[in-house]
Amino acid sequence: MKLIAQNFKGHYREIILGPLFKLLEAILELLVPLVMANIIDVGIRNGDAAYVVKNGVIMLVLAVLGAASAMVCQYFAAVAAGHFGRRLRKQVYHHVLSLSQAQLEEFGAGGLITRLTNDTNQIQNGVNMAIRLGSRIPFLAVGSIVMSFIINWKIGLVFLLSTPFIVLVLYLIMKRTVPRYSEIQQNQDILSRLSGENLEGTRVIRAFSRQQQEQEDFEKAGDAMSNITVRVGKISAALNPITTLIVNLAIVAIVWLGARLAFNAASQPGQIIALVNYMNQTLLALIMAANLTVLFTRALASTKRVAQVLQTQPSIVNGPGATEVTGAPAIAFNQVSFAYHQGGEAVLEDISFTVAQGQTVGIIGGTGSGKTTLAALIARNYDVTSGEVLVNGVSVKQYALHVLRAKIGMVPQKAALFSGSVRRNLTLGAPTATDEEIWQALQTAQGADFVKNLPGGLDAIIEEGGKNLSGGQKQRLTIARALVRRPQILILDDSSSALDYATDAALRRALKEDTQTMTTIMISQRAASIKNADLILVLDDGKLAGMGKHRQLLQTSSVYHEICASQGMAEPEVTP
Amino acid sequence: MKNKRNAGVLRRVMGYVTPYKKLLFGSFAGAVLSVPLALAGPVFIGRAIDAIVGTGNVNFTGVWQNLLLLGLTAGIAAFLHWVLQVCTRKISVLVAQEMRQQAFNRINAAPLKRIDTTPHGDLVSRLVNDADAVAEGLLQGLSQLIPGVLTILTTLVMMLVLDVSIALVVIIITPLSILFARFVVRRTGRLFTKQSQAQGAMSAFVGEMVTNQNLLRTFGAEAVSEAEFDENNQQYFNANFKATVYSSIINPGTRFINAVVYAAAGTFGAVIAIGGGITVGGVSAFLAYANQYTKPFNEISAVTTQLQSAVAGAKRLFEVMDWEPEQPDAKNALAPTSCKGAVEAKAVNFAYNPGRPLIQNFTTAAKPGQRIALVGPTGCGKTTIINLLMRFYEVDSGIIKVDDNPITGIQRSALRSLYGMVLQETWLKWATVHENIAYGRPNATREQVVEAAKAAYAHSFIKRLPKGYNTIIETGGGNLSAGQKQLLCIARIMLAKPDMLILDEATSSIDTRTEMLIQKALEKLMQGHTSFIVAHRLSTIQHADIILMMNAGKIVEQGTHPQLLAQNGYYARLYNSQFSIEE
Repeated sequence: MKLIAQNFKGHYREIILGPLFKLLEAILELLVPLVMANIIDVGIRNGDAAYVVKNGVIMLVLAVLGAASAMVCQYFAAVAAGHFGRRLRKQVYHHVLSLSQAQLEEFGAGGLITRLTNDTNQIQNGVNMAIRLGSRIPFLAVGSIVMSFIINWKIGLVFLLSTPFIVLVLYLIMKRTVPRYSEIQQNQDILSRLSGENLEGTRVIRAFSRQQQEQEDFEKAGDAMSNITVRVGKISAALNPITTLIVNLAIVAIVWLGARLAFNAASQPGQIIALVNYMNQTLLALIMAANLTVLFTRALASTKRVAQVLQTQPSIVNGPGATEVTGAPAIAFNQVSFAYHQGGEAVLEDISFTVAQGQTVGIIGGTGSGKTTLAALIARNYDVTSGEVLVNGVSVKQYALHVLRAKIGMVPQKAALFSGSVRRNLTLGAPTATDEEIWQALQTAQGADFVKNLPGGLDAIIEEGGKNLSGGQKQRLTIARALVRRPQILILDDSSSALDYATDAALRRALKEDTQTMTTIMISQRAASIKNADLILVLDDGKLAGMGKHRQLLQTSSVYHEICASQGMAEPEVTP
Repeated sequence: MKNKRNAGVLRRVMGYVTPYKKLLFGSFAGAVLSVPLALAGPVFIGRAIDAIVGTGNVNFTGVWQNLLLLGLTAGIAAFLHWVLQVCTRKISVLVAQEMRQQAFNRINAAPLKRIDTTPHGDLVSRLVNDADAVAEGLLQGLSQLIPGVLTILTTLVMMLVLDVSIALVVIIITPLSILFARFVVRRTGRLFTKQSQAQGAMSAFVGEMVTNQNLLRTFGAEAVSEAEFDENNQQYFNANFKATVYSSIINPGTRFINAVVYAAAGTFGAVIAIGGGITVGGVSAFLAYANQYTKPFNEISAVTTQLQSAVAGAKRLFEVMDWEPEQPDAKNALAPTSCKGAVEAKAVNFAYNPGRPLIQNFTTAAKPGQRIALVGPTGCGKTTIINLLMRFYEVDSGIIKVDDNPITGIQRSALRSLYGMVLQETWLKWATVHENIAYGRPNATREQVVEAAKAAYAHSFIKRLPKGYNTIIETGGGNLSAGQKQLLCIARIMLAKPDMLILDEATSSIDTRTEMLIQKALEKLMQGHTSFIVAHRLSTIQHADIILMMNAGKIVEQGTHPQLLAQNGYYARLYNSQFSIEE
């Protein structure tokens, strides 16, 4: 909460003055029926037209002053809430970027996005409404009752008796309806899911001729939503009629009591009219208060969700700084084990190997054998569960994070690109790279030709997720993106899977020439891609099932032999 | 022109509304009766007050009678108001549901070309959000518009009957409120559009960045990204601030005009009352009317925006409903339940876009039980051939036959059920593993499902899932690996036991060792069944009976593996390239 509240800083003036101005308006508003009562009970009774006009002018002045102070408050509220929201979003975004991969996965990308957009909006809206209505509504509700007591305490009792009834009705109806709205939302999500699923699966659905069934499923979900909506509607539609009825009955009581009191000179018609007016005002204020409660509950839930993120301390933070050891191996794993969750199943177990500067390492293994995880540990996207990962002779935990990561060029398995120009994408890790450097990287990545042919070349616009590029084109751009950084360590995670064999071979040739001094880690499922590596690591279910060169491994590692056999590469003679 | 079209849409929506005669009656009757009854209240209050003449002079019978009337009318009005709400809610929900279902059904009857070329997100939003907008618009329209207009008219009449000159004061000042609201709404409309654009831009940015946060991290691009975020954030702030300020003056503004009307009516009424032109009770009734006279105007203007979005939503739903459905099957179309598996294509031409021919003069023939492999670079038309075989798309010219029957003479559903299809893009439903495997044979027993899963080598991982065969697979199979999803798709085919097979890159996301196992399973499945195989791993298709080497929509080479190697053309080059290492 404190973390979130700090975003109010600098706008305390608006936050305090805003409600005060709104309070002023409410006070002025409450005075109007009183003035009107005087017009009737004094002006009309005495036939004093001048008095009537004078009081009429007073009412006008009250209206002008009230409107002016309300406007001031609205403006203050917009300023304070707007800046608050802007700072909160900035704070949350900054914090999200500092979280580690594991923490990110815990919240889920979707969860973080909602928190950054919907939840912050919800909170901002709550702040806005609190400034605008937080003082006005309770004051109007309580003020009306107080005014009724000032005018005539006996009739005031009617207020005291009827308000609890109104509050009770509001409470009961909202208690029954508000939770249902999230149920309706869930039903809507089901409809979205079913329609999305139907569209994605059109071919399969038609291949199995299951359209009829799909339509019935959709109809069932739609009916369920309609039913619940109608049911909730029946209850919520009662809110206005019932409360209005209570108020009307209260008015009956007020007028009846007023008549009896007037008989004994204890009341006057103008007063009764004013009291009727206050009664109506009470109802309006209470209904608004009920709506406000819902809004605040929602804002509060959002606040909790956002606070949950802000309170999460980044689990991977900068090390104290590192003095690299000259001549040390580029990468070393010392008995490294890793599990995604504490006490969970180990994804990597007891992995040890060293890679000399400039070497090319191939990592091969089946799906789920831990190849990608191993690469992630080098960039310290996760911390090892036990053991140690060293880069240039120093534990990765010793490095400042940006120093460590500046050494690494990563080409992830999923060829993710950002919307924006080709240049913006390629300079992601090297904002100062020149066009020449970019083209050189593209050349190596076998992407120069197709980028040249894009309209605008480096300025060509890539759509979100690279939708306007083919899989192979995307992969080549992600390779170039890593190369632009001129990293010491290049990690290629199965990043030529969408390339045809010829391009793949050309890429490997170019990489070999261009990256003499780079230590390269190549993860692949194709034995052909890695068979010439200086060192091949064979992973099987998180364990090292072989380490060495191709020919040697064919002899010593049965897993490796099996993989090669399945790809027609078991016999060295097959290679022409 | 635009109005005319909107009127057409509205008429069509009304076509869905009118069948609910009883509900409509309830809704209208509720409005027509409840409004005047509710508005009679102030008159009764006024008369009761007039019965209080002064100290010692109160006509208690008059007070009591009028209060009784007030209580009665208020009670009846409350009940009728509720009836009105419930009836309109029901109508609006049912109409929206019907429209949504019709649109959904039409999607399922439309040619695939429609579905392939329309963004899916847009269609989902039509089915969900637009249908919702229709429901909301109808609800507001029916429950606010008619009562609103009635309220204005009744109040007007009541005021004119009470006193013409005070009524005129109210009638002259009130339009100010409407003009003011209209001015603000028009201004804010534009500002809100800007705000939602800025919001959309920021959401898109955040979505992209957060889902790819690992990239930002490994590329040390956090600071750059934060700077970009700040820019988006600032823009959103600017748009949001203006929209908030403008929209937040509506309430105090209308309140102000209301207060002016109240003051004017009160003062004027009091002056006239001094002259004896109106009673004190009359003044009180006037004040009550003056207080709420602007309300229906504002409500109606709010409803207009609601109605606009409803009309827009309805229009988008109607667009889908008006999609041309697939050409229905011919009346005398065949409905074979099995086939021998002779497939023949003769001079087939096809283009997704007229003017950009893709498949050109495609001719081949598969004898029953043969295995046909389609090979070639991306975009050469391999997958398109499958679309044509399954009649997802119709050929532009030429003919495709199954067992000597042109496929255009076979019912689509029958033709498709002859094939079993495993695609690269796996598709699974949000349903249990069992239901997914049994998708093609919904009444298969658990034993049959398990047997199919075993044959597809999926049984062992299914057993390890939290609830085994009853584990729910989430959308897109998020809780399964790509390979596991593919195994389930294969099991689905294993259970359906079709006469012919189509495998489109079926094993591309499975590692080669697992692939060997599946290959064995598929081998079993293909035994004696005509099969079409698309693959880019050439090792998997070497034993095919016919390899069709395709390039740019044409078959460039056709033959068996040894034949094609001997030709030393495209195929041989492609085959050799996978072994050309960086020597």
